[in-house]
Amino acid sequence: MKRYTKHPVGAHYGTRQWLLQRLTAVVMAGYTLFIVLALVMHRPLNYPAWKSIFSEMWFQVGTMLFVMALLYHAWVGMRDILMDYLRDTTVRLTAQFAVAFVLLFYLVWTAAILWGR
Amino acid sequence: MSAAPKTRPKYYDLNLAHLPPPGLVSILHRISGAALFFPLLPIALYILHVTLGSQEGYDRWAALFHRPGVKLIVILAAWGYAHHFFAGLRYLLLDLHIGIEKVPARTSAVIVLVLGVVSALFVAWYMWSIQ
Repeated sequence: MKRYTKHPVGAHYGTRQWLLQRLTAVVMAGYTLFIVLALVMHRPLNYPAWKSIFSEMWFQVGTMLFVMALLYHAWVGMRDILMDYLRDTTVRLTAQFAVAFVLLFYLVWTAAILWGR
Repeated sequence: MSAAPKTRPKYYDLNLAHLPPPGLVSILHRISGAALFFPLLPIALYILHVTLGSQEGYDRWAALFHRPGVKLIVILAAWGYAHHFFAGLRYLLLDLHIGIEKVPARTSAVIVLVLGVVSALFVAWYMWSIQ
């Protein structure tokens, strides 16, 4: 019986993206638990409490890390979706470009919200 | 030799109720993921922007959150986030070859669907409790 060994082709970035999508998911899951806990502890919520949560240095850094993880996670996920449904290369690459632009916009916007004033 | 490819009949079963639980979890994971990317995340960032910006902005949104329609949207958004969260945890376990057999995979899929709804109910309780 002849045995075939599969020769993987390509740049191997698929495996790396697959793994990083999962690592970023774990980062976001941790942050999610923190913010749910913070919201429950500060109940009933008011403006000073809301403001004080987001003025904590560690929470600002955590929020930024969350959005950075989200940027990569959503890029892989949206790219998967676009590759499944958009067959025309020009249309798909245009859509992918739009997704990347929007994600970078979210990242910069988050930084502006956290430290912009 | 190459003839034109035969046109095959296409049939898309778009009725999600026909899917087994793991299939339902999967397509809802995809739909919720896309919805979180747009428009839920920019809406969340906008609300964060306004509510952190000033007391007036905070009060404006606090008043908006009293509206039943807005509450419903928040509950739906929370359900989407929670479903994506728990379905994602299930995929992490499946990637580790935990619960990969047919029966446990179906059971975990049902658990994910239930936890998504329970989380949405929790958010509903939270919103009514802070008033």
